[in-house]
Amino acid sequence: MTASPTLSPEPTVQQAAPPQPAPPPGRRFDLLAFARKHRTILFLLLLIAAFGIVNERFLTIRNALNILSEVSIYGIIAVGMTYVILIGGIDVAVGSLLAFASLAAAYVITTVVGESPVSWLIALTLSSVVGLVGGYIHGKAVTWLHVPAFIVTLGGMTVWRGATLILNDGGPISGFDAAYRWWGTGDILFVPVPVAVFALVAIVGHVVLRYTRYGRQVYAVGGNAEAARLSGVNVDFIVTSVYAVIGALAGLSGFLLSARLGSAEAVAGTGYELRVIASVVIGGASLTGGSGGVGGTILGALLIGVLSNGLVIMHVTSYFQQVVIGLIIVAAVAFDHYARTHKA
Amino acid sequence: MALLDVSQVSKRFPGVLALDQVRLQVGPKGGQGEVHALLGENGAGKSTLIKILSAAHAADEGTVTFDGQPLDPRDTPLRRQQLGIATIYQEFNLFPELSVAENMYLGREPKRLGLIDWRRLRADARALLEALGLPLDPDEPVRRLTVAEQQMVEIAKAMTLNARLIIMDEPTAALSSREVDGLHAIIAGLKARGVSVIYVSHRLAEVKAMCDRYTVMRDGRWVASGDVAEVEVADMVRLMVGRHVEFVRRVRSGPPGRVVLKVESVTPRRPRLSTPGYLKDIRLEVRAGEIVGLAGLVGAGRTDLARLIFGADAIASGSIHLDDKPLKLRSPRDAIRAGVMLVPEDRKQQGCFLDHSIRHNLSLPSLGPLSRFGQWVDERAERDLVETYRQKLRIKMADQETPIGKLSGGNQQKVLLGRSMALAPRVLIVDEPTRGIDIGAKAEVHQVLSDLAAQGVAIVVISSELAEVMAVSDRIIVFREGAIVADLEADAATEEGLMAYMATGAGRPSPSGMELRPQ
Repeated sequence: MTASPTLSPEPTVQQAAPPQPAPPPGRRFDLLAFARKHRTILFLLLLIAAFGIVNERFLTIRNALNILSEVSIYGIIAVGMTYVILIGGIDVAVGSLLAFASLAAAYVITTVVGESPVSWLIALTLSSVVGLVGGYIHGKAVTWLHVPAFIVTLGGMTVWRGATLILNDGGPISGFDAAYRWWGTGDILFVPVPVAVFALVAIVGHVVLRYTRYGRQVYAVGGNAEAARLSGVNVDFIVTSVYAVIGALAGLSGFLLSARLGSAEAVAGTGYELRVIASVVIGGASLTGGSGGVGGTILGALLIGVLSNGLVIMHVTSYFQQVVIGLIIVAAVAFDHYARTHKA
Repeated sequence: MALLDVSQVSKRFPGVLALDQVRLQVGPKGGQGEVHALLGENGAGKSTLIKILSAAHAADEGTVTFDGQPLDPRDTPLRRQQLGIATIYQEFNLFPELSVAENMYLGREPKRLGLIDWRRLRADARALLEALGLPLDPDEPVRRLTVAEQQMVEIAKAMTLNARLIIMDEPTAALSSREVDGLHAIIAGLKARGVSVIYVSHRLAEVKAMCDRYTVMRDGRWVASGDVAEVEVADMVRLMVGRHVEFVRRVRSGPPGRVVLKVESVTPRRPRLSTPGYLKDIRLEVRAGEIVGLAGLVGAGRTDLARLIFGADAIASGSIHLDDKPLKLRSPRDAIRAGVMLVPEDRKQQGCFLDHSIRHNLSLPSLGPLSRFGQWVDERAERDLVETYRQKLRIKMADQETPIGKLSGGNQQKVLLGRSMALAPRVLIVDEPTRGIDIGAKAEVHQVLSDLAAQGVAIVVISSELAEVMAVSDRIIVFREGAIVADLEADAATEEGLMAYMATGAGRPSPSGMELRPQ
């Protein structure tokens, strides 16, 4: 990237011969393509550098781990949302389903199971299974009843939240044992457990998408559902399974969150749908489906995490944070649209 | 003087001369409008000519005068409508949620104090509908109307602009015979009011019954014009066919094998047309190594039948046998597993994943066998597969990772053919395999089909291009309005004969063109 855009010879050539149809090849184009391809990571590094310069407390290991732990909770769901958005769907019920699954699991281990050395295992399994079933119901409503996913999950958003409030009269459930709390506060070789779980989910999510037949079919359904059907893809199965998976991940994330906070709360996960969808979209996935990936989503989730953490350290109020994150989402989608309509 | 005078009009698209010095005169005679039939095979240039008249395209050369005034090629479609030229395409331009009256006056609603004067809108619409003899309720939302009624709305809409020339593109393709009679009565009414009509149709019996004059086009050129009263249906057929694209006629490698595909009386659960008898009692047998061509006009039921055989649409009754075993099809997946493959007619909408790579496009249905444990894709084997078909089909591409959307139509089609061939199907159905691709690629696709047949695949080719059907098929089955009207050896078929079957249902067109020859 030695030649700056203004110094490159191509524009002069174009002026001399305006009807020349071919776009000028060369460095200028390459720089743009490079920036386009790596826009999220460039912006993330820029942001980290800026916060690091402004505030010395930002660039510390302790703060980095703190950011990662925060990001992990919704990042796990964002991996599932990558699949949902890849098939051209959307899920706005994840925050509510997270709360319902984790509270239901906590309810069962505190009132039904009682003290047990494996209460964490029961809660983890139950929370994930409840989420899986909830997501499966969303998927079936989309494929059988032909209700748009946005409407199904918008309904699900209030249904699950309401069900959570009914379950324990709106109150939190706490009193978990140490083994349970380890999942939110412990660490494995200095890596916080939620971060390790997020890493595992992200790796599996990436590998399945990139290297398996199932992953190919997910892309195919989002790219052209009719062509996928005519190529023998079981489109309804793919759609339903994707909603079931994101539901299970919401349940898993709810378990980790309750372990981190020491209590399962009815208001847990409020607003997560926004963060999660934003992570995927900032990560470059197209809302029309068929393009995107787990790698981008992780960067998107980190970007949101760094941004909110940095703003907190700079004593920016959470109200203002919301404004900033909202603007970034719109900017990301606008850029995505620009990049796709000006494809060289 | 003629109302419309098209003179020496040419139009070039990249790689094709779509119209070459075309002429057309439509004129009222003695206060009455003229109904002018515009005839020609698919690809003869009729659609392009219509689009030039409606200003959807601009002509490259030539002049068009309307009512003595030369038309400006830079006119907008709206301007042409205001001048009095209305076009009714096969796909209507109506807003389903709006009422009949709203559709008729859309954008030109009568206003009072700056707001829409609903009372006058309804009254005007009602008066016009009555004057035209159209049995429509102005308040009815258009989505609740039948196709024939929607067409009436289009005609009424044209008349709100005082159209003096209405162009109708295949107006009866989706109508039942009673509705056709109704349309003809409406056209007769328009004619009496001094409105002329350009009537594009393949149904020559209708043309004979209700048109005054005709113009025939072929290969983008004007061929003939004259009074309908002075020609027989057979003459019109003769003028239309005989396109001069030469295809190499397929040479059979041997006698066909045993019957592989046997279709008996399959009927669709949701028929696309409500015409009685539509896709009922269809019997079809295809043998190993045989290529059966399905000829017919667009909408004759060939694609619908193909989709039933492939499990893409649900079957209400009837049976499909593959190698004497009955097939139960709930989805294309079942058909693919059984060994039936379809290359769909609409490459972009139904075939390609345009933004995805050639590799992903070609291998998608074959991923099962290419994967360890049925899931873990062996990318090396996948690349080898794609490479095999790149060589076999001579697909021109930079590399396997290029998005398929960047290829030419012909190469896209080859990728889709490769996708089907990779499954080694017993039966291959290809729907319009060479639509919109250049002549060289067409010949290559024909050769591929012939080679597959030589390997014992049973092949069904649907094509609206007669020369193509005749070149690639061993046997030709002609569809008309959802029924089979002829089943003949390709050697015995002539373009005139096929066109006559397609257009009238009878082999040797009688003057009325209405007699049906039993199979």
